[in-house]
Amino acid sequence: MTAPLLSIENLSIGFTGLNDQPVFIVRDVNLTLAAGETLGLVGESGCGKSSLLLAMMGYYKQGLGRLRGGIAYDGQDPGLVSPQQLQALRGGGMALIPQNAGQALTPTLRIKAQMVEVLRLHSDLAPGAWQARCLALFERVKLPDPEQMLNRYPHELSGGQQQRVAIAMALAGEPDLLLLDEPTTGLDVTTQVGVLALLQEICQDLNTAMVYVSHDIQVISQVCNQIAIMYAGEIVEMGPRADLLTQPVHPYTQGLLASIPRLNQQTLPHPIAGEMLQPVHRGSNVGCGYAGRCPLATDQCRATAPLAQPIADRWVKCHEVTAAMAGEFIRPAQKLLAANLGDRELLSVADLSIRYQAPTWLQSLRGQQPPAIVRAVSFGIQKGEIVGLVGESGSGKSTILKTIAGLQGSLSGRITLSGTDDLTGPVESRPRGSLRKVQLVFQNPDASLNPRKTIGEILRRPLELYFDLATGVMDQAVDALLQRVNLPESYKGRFPGQLSGGEKQRVAIARALAAKPELILCDEITSALDVSVQAAILKLLLDLRADSGVSLLFVSHDLAVVETLCDSVLVLEGGEVREAGLCAEVFKNPQHAYTQALLASVL
Amino acid sequence: MLRLIARRLIFAVVTLWVVSMVVFSAIELLPGDACQAFLGQMAQGKRLENCRAEHNLNAPAYARYSDWALGLASGDLGKSIKRSKPLEEIIGPRFRNTVILGLTAALVGIPLAIVLGALAALYRDRRADLWISFIAIFCMTVPEFITGTLLISFFSVWLGWLPGIVIMRADAPILEVLSKIVLPVMTLTLVMVAHIMRMVRTSMIDVLASDFVMMSQLKGVSRVRQVVMHALPNALLPTINLIALNIAWLMGGVLVVEVVFNYPGIGRLSVNAISDRDFPLVQAIALLMASLYVALNLIADLLALVLNPKLRTRGAGL
Repeated sequence: MTAPLLSIENLSIGFTGLNDQPVFIVRDVNLTLAAGETLGLVGESGCGKSSLLLAMMGYYKQGLGRLRGGIAYDGQDPGLVSPQQLQALRGGGMALIPQNAGQALTPTLRIKAQMVEVLRLHSDLAPGAWQARCLALFERVKLPDPEQMLNRYPHELSGGQQQRVAIAMALAGEPDLLLLDEPTTGLDVTTQVGVLALLQEICQDLNTAMVYVSHDIQVISQVCNQIAIMYAGEIVEMGPRADLLTQPVHPYTQGLLASIPRLNQQTLPHPIAGEMLQPVHRGSNVGCGYAGRCPLATDQCRATAPLAQPIADRWVKCHEVTAAMAGEFIRPAQKLLAANLGDRELLSVADLSIRYQAPTWLQSLRGQQPPAIVRAVSFGIQKGEIVGLVGESGSGKSTILKTIAGLQGSLSGRITLSGTDDLTGPVESRPRGSLRKVQLVFQNPDASLNPRKTIGEILRRPLELYFDLATGVMDQAVDALLQRVNLPESYKGRFPGQLSGGEKQRVAIARALAAKPELILCDEITSALDVSVQAAILKLLLDLRADSGVSLLFVSHDLAVVETLCDSVLVLEGGEVREAGLCAEVFKNPQHAYTQALLASVL
Repeated sequence: MLRLIARRLIFAVVTLWVVSMVVFSAIELLPGDACQAFLGQMAQGKRLENCRAEHNLNAPAYARYSDWALGLASGDLGKSIKRSKPLEEIIGPRFRNTVILGLTAALVGIPLAIVLGALAALYRDRRADLWISFIAIFCMTVPEFITGTLLISFFSVWLGWLPGIVIMRADAPILEVLSKIVLPVMTLTLVMVAHIMRMVRTSMIDVLASDFVMMSQLKGVSRVRQVVMHALPNALLPTINLIALNIAWLMGGVLVVEVVFNYPGIGRLSVNAISDRDFPLVQAIALLMASLYVALNLIADLLALVLNPKLRTRGAGL
């Protein structure tokens, strides 16, 4: 057997914390990768997958470093070679395809300058041949108008084009190993499909080895033959793709797969309780990192860390393999069908068109209108109904939501709530009563919760605004709200910074509930969350609807999430409704070509 | 792009027009007129009448404003009350001196500030950064008349290398001017560098932490190239307007420095004009300063446009 292209032995990454205790971001990772092999590293945010990937290039984020262990690429340790050798290795031996190509391209340099930079460093081509090589690479990654692309600046390209340029740039040095850091995460689904197809093709044609990092196991399974599941800094299970996807062994792998919402599924995604172990607690002589969340955990799991044990073609770090393989511990709930929706219409949107600007005086003089972002959209929401708005970026789905909330500019058409409240005007012009009935939850709770207020203060604010309560009653109301979103009452005194992402989003939902609304507007409220946490939030929303009959308007780019949660759905493209109807019908039997294309892009 | 530039130019002209009205009305609103102010206790009888006749003060305000404004537009600044020469000849050489001093200080100070700021960012929180920041802030907090005095006592009194004050005619040849302004330039540089350097440092720290600098490093690009090609141009974008303001401040005649070093520039001229109560001269200098600020800000905006590809293509919408 030939020497592996990349081998990692007992690698730990982290920093030395208080009392000289090591803090582990990555703990005791072992990996080997042969030439031409493709490995996917899957894990949720904070599991250390990006740090591990960058370490392969000898790069550590500020403050981090290698605590122990070894990395060998082609027999060389990137941490020990000279700066010149390291520069030759980076971009020449292995190349990174970054997560957000839009931010990874230097804004002040033309694409050509950035491409040529790689060729100058990592190829023997004469300067005269650079242009032709760039064009060939651009054709390789299927960029339209290669010659024009070279003269553009990064911001003049679309997201998908930027990502293709980043891929071309990585290929320019003819590396033996491609390192991919969530390269399709920021892209629309239809764009993502194209980029993934390109990556598959490159793998096959060039026989380049790949390490592909992503939180999305479905994306990974498109490109990689081997899959490694990372949890709390460790690889807990690793094996061939088919084995791992169909018969996951490690309880975390099983939990992760069960928490992913899928199309045409009769059951709800099953959340994993609790949250990931913080790096400070990932010490070297404690138990299994997953023990705190694992339904199978025993005293042994909590006391000693499991070692990797082989099972057929894979290996797993778990003490309770037998129990795990029996697989009895995950019982997903059945999908709740829309509870007896009356035909009592709560919200009616009629012929809504939205523009960002009012016409200027010159335009109104000429009888012109500025271009509309959303054109002639009509729909209704019944009491207790959950309606999904889906579409790619720029489809106007968030704009519609913000308009209903009264945060967005100029519009024509009518929005009415309960037949009486006029929601056409901006938020300043609405009476308090109708303000209370419509509440908004934002995508990112980090930005929507005031970091200097405690959770109690945050929840008290809408209560003070809409209801006249005595102090004691107010405190009880806050407790009740926390209870409703499954948070302990002790969280009242905490600040948002002390909560995890999922907990913060629960607080944001509780804040919306405080107003006793009739309609909650949800703007991509689960997109920033990990899947295992997302599943819990989806379940919470369904429970809330069942309890209080509140209606939801749920904006999302994720069709599977919408199918799981919503009763009906509107498919938007370029500001127009392409298709609308009951979820069950639209997803099973899409009529419009765009809906079909969207559904085909779901992995 | 062209439309944007045209729009900015129109705005600049409108601003100047408004400024000229404000300056003119401010002088007009003072009790008495320019001749009364200048003549003081002697402002009576024949003398006052002659003065008024000579400076056309008997005409109504709007007529005098339009005469003045039209004169300005054709390059005629008007007539001084005290000094017999035309204002252009009084202001011209002094303004030239101020420009020479300011430009020299800018040419020395701005590149120095950028280099120091970049270095401080690269060695963030290490000794080099702490020293650069400490010295820069020290120089910024000490008023320029003290810096100037200290420099004089060190370089001219103690070492005896350089002349302590500038002794020259206002219209001395450029070479002579340059040879005499070493100390004033040093003073101005010390005062100015800190502002720009701090801004460059902050902006550079942000840029160094950005994805594209990390990406260039992981492409195998050398450290020097990472900094010079990828980081610095992006770090300078937010500092352009600050640099323009500093240049405008320099061009406005840095009064204190000119007084300390006895330098015949526009700053000292304006002080003299005010103490002489020579209103036409004050008016002309005020307008000159305003045009300078407008012009430099305009240049800064256009420069930001040229250097920032993002603004360039979105330009039409601005």
